[in-house]
Amino acid sequence: MINYDRILIRYGEISTKGRNRNMFVDKLRRSIYNVLNEFSGIKIESTRDRMYVVLNGADGREVTDRLRGIFGIQSFSPAVKVNKDIEEMKAAALALFLKHFEEGKTFKITAKRADKSFPLNTDDLNHEFGGHLLKNVPNLQVNVKKPDINLQIEVREEAAYLSCETIEGAGGLPAGSSGKAMLMLSGGIDSPVAGYLSMKRGLEIEAVHFHSPPFTSERAKQKVIDLTEKLANIAGSVVLHIVPFTEIQQLIHQQVPANYTMTTTRRLMLRITDEIRDKNDGLAIITGESLGQVASQTLESMFAINDVTTTPILRPLITMDKSDIIDISQTIDTHDISIRPFEDCCTVFVPSSPKTKPKRDKVRRFESFVDFEPLIAKSVEGTERLVIKPQSRNENSFGELF
Amino acid sequence: MIYLDNSATTKPYKEVLDSFMKVSAEYFGNPSSLHEFGGKAERLLMQARDQISQLLNVKSNEVFFTSGGTESNNLAIKGTALMHRKRGTHIIITGLEHASVRETADQLKELGYRITVIEPDSMGIVHAEDIEKEITPETVLISVMHVNNEIGSIQPINEIGEMLKKHARVIFHVDNVQGIGKVPLDLYEAQVDLCTISAHKFHGLKGNGVLFIRDGLRLSPLLSGGNQEWKMRSGTENVAGIVAMAKALRLTMNNKDKHLSRLKSIKTYLMEEAGRIEGVTVHTPENNSAPHIVNFSIKGFKAEVFVHALEERGIFISTTSACSSKKSAASSTLMAMGIPEKDAKSAVRVSLSYDNTKEEAEVFIQAVKETVIRLREVMKS
Repeated sequence: MINYDRILIRYGEISTKGRNRNMFVDKLRRSIYNVLNEFSGIKIESTRDRMYVVLNGADGREVTDRLRGIFGIQSFSPAVKVNKDIEEMKAAALALFLKHFEEGKTFKITAKRADKSFPLNTDDLNHEFGGHLLKNVPNLQVNVKKPDINLQIEVREEAAYLSCETIEGAGGLPAGSSGKAMLMLSGGIDSPVAGYLSMKRGLEIEAVHFHSPPFTSERAKQKVIDLTEKLANIAGSVVLHIVPFTEIQQLIHQQVPANYTMTTTRRLMLRITDEIRDKNDGLAIITGESLGQVASQTLESMFAINDVTTTPILRPLITMDKSDIIDISQTIDTHDISIRPFEDCCTVFVPSSPKTKPKRDKVRRFESFVDFEPLIAKSVEGTERLVIKPQSRNENSFGELF
Repeated sequence: MIYLDNSATTKPYKEVLDSFMKVSAEYFGNPSSLHEFGGKAERLLMQARDQISQLLNVKSNEVFFTSGGTESNNLAIKGTALMHRKRGTHIIITGLEHASVRETADQLKELGYRITVIEPDSMGIVHAEDIEKEITPETVLISVMHVNNEIGSIQPINEIGEMLKKHARVIFHVDNVQGIGKVPLDLYEAQVDLCTISAHKFHGLKGNGVLFIRDGLRLSPLLSGGNQEWKMRSGTENVAGIVAMAKALRLTMNNKDKHLSRLKSIKTYLMEEAGRIEGVTVHTPENNSAPHIVNFSIKGFKAEVFVHALEERGIFISTTSACSSKKSAASSTLMAMGIPEKDAKSAVRVSLSYDNTKEEAEVFIQAVKETVIRLREVMKS
């Protein structure tokens, strides 16, 4: 019985990245390693445009499941490595094919010859292997357009690889290959999705959450930890900064007219996040804003809030509809956490009628009567830094109970 | 004491009781309470749900906590019947089902539903094609148990699921109370929509069970109130019992990985040795039967006489299923298999757990032999 002994990984987009390529490949290799490191025996081999996870007896199905979520992989295929000997390849191709074949299924051969010194060219390969299967499998039919089984043969310098299925990867760029940004994580549906999409483009994220006890509860904080954990499942680990925000919120409440408290709150959150970004060498701030969704997300509002920094603010959801955002939140498993009904710092102090079109100059003037600086410094100083690991690896506080 | 009545209930694992005690004593908060103490209880509940869903290979939002097998079966059947009554009022069950399925169906019959009962073959197994013949556009639910509680026969759940692909509107409920931890069942692969398990059958505590409800499927709740369990089952959660159940399931699955082959060999031993005793007919089929249930009749004795005779020697077995064994009626499963009433009335059930040993099985067989001889002499004189 022939068994898959490796998984062939195709890079997709990164294979076009000229001189940065080594860095990209290296980052991808690292993310794969992070996700698979509990499988002992696994080896990762990389070549110019392919990577191979050599299973060494690890459970192929489990490994496949984990690979699905890794950014920077275009597609992957469980594969068998054979010597570049035509007879040996034929025997392996037939054995592999029979593993997938059932009466009535059609097939085609997709051959690729990267090693130009190999005696058979692509057409020869198709012909030779197609013929071999047709001869040995009774009643087998070819279907070039919509085959049930696509037997892929890649002849490379070092060996030939055979596989029968191609699994789509998560796409995007490898984690951390685009630098670091701070994600403002409220606990709602949008911000984890914004974080996820940023990670997909290779950003390393550190989450920032504002905590206002006793106005917001420990459960609201736990909720954010749980959300971060979901993101850590993808990234390997994610830093979460918890900012004490109570005093600032109270001061805002006393000093700023009710319909502008929301604008000022957002401005101060942005400023604090920017300072934390600076301390942690980030280059951008990510938010879950979607244009027009709520009062703080009108263009006027963004204009007034964005005023406090020149750091790039990335808004991956800006043009997305709520329903599309919800769909993504469900696929990344954050939706059910996000809808847990706890107050967060954005909902506790919401005035009954926040300005949907705040004026920048007005908010600047209101703030000019108060000195927020000492409190901002204090908040940044008192920020708690947690390193959140993927779910299964987290310290479990109720350990012995389960 | 040799306890061989594990299909009636199992002995709670010590570790399970420890969890129950600790959660009851230290985390007695109501998960719905806003304060941090309630929050802790809620975390426990979530963690238990995650663990159980992982062990069952399903999503955590598909695990609903109930008070046990009877409630889960009632919720699955009545909940489906009520929710989908406009689509149809026909329900199919099998002649092998536990009373909590049978009687639920009877109750719905009184409310105007049409119930079809599919009878098993002489091996105690129902067939997908027999079920398919009865499906009409009115059919909303099919309920089939995975492992029969009286004789241990395994029903072809995968085949029935496969057949139901052609009848996508029919909801498929599986009572897996006896199968869990003993006979593997991939709920997704078998196209199962609803699945019942009960904690005290796998060394958890009485009063806890799960109904798996496939993501997206809607049922009418039986208990209305505070909207716990996503409105599917109101009532303050039994957090301690649920945590204990999560642990029991984990330990059971571990034991399955380690001891399943031993369990199988003990069962084979019991089947073979019992079959050699004069006047004994083994009802549990050799193939397609669970690794922990052996059912046999001893000609000429009422089952309960035999149960009591063994009890004197500290060996505990049962007549038919525990829930109906107090009535002197013959086993409904055996009757459905076409076994004569007289034989059915002398049938006893031996049911194992991973804790039972080969030595216990040997003591049991020896006791049966001696008891048969002794009782025969009593009857003669």
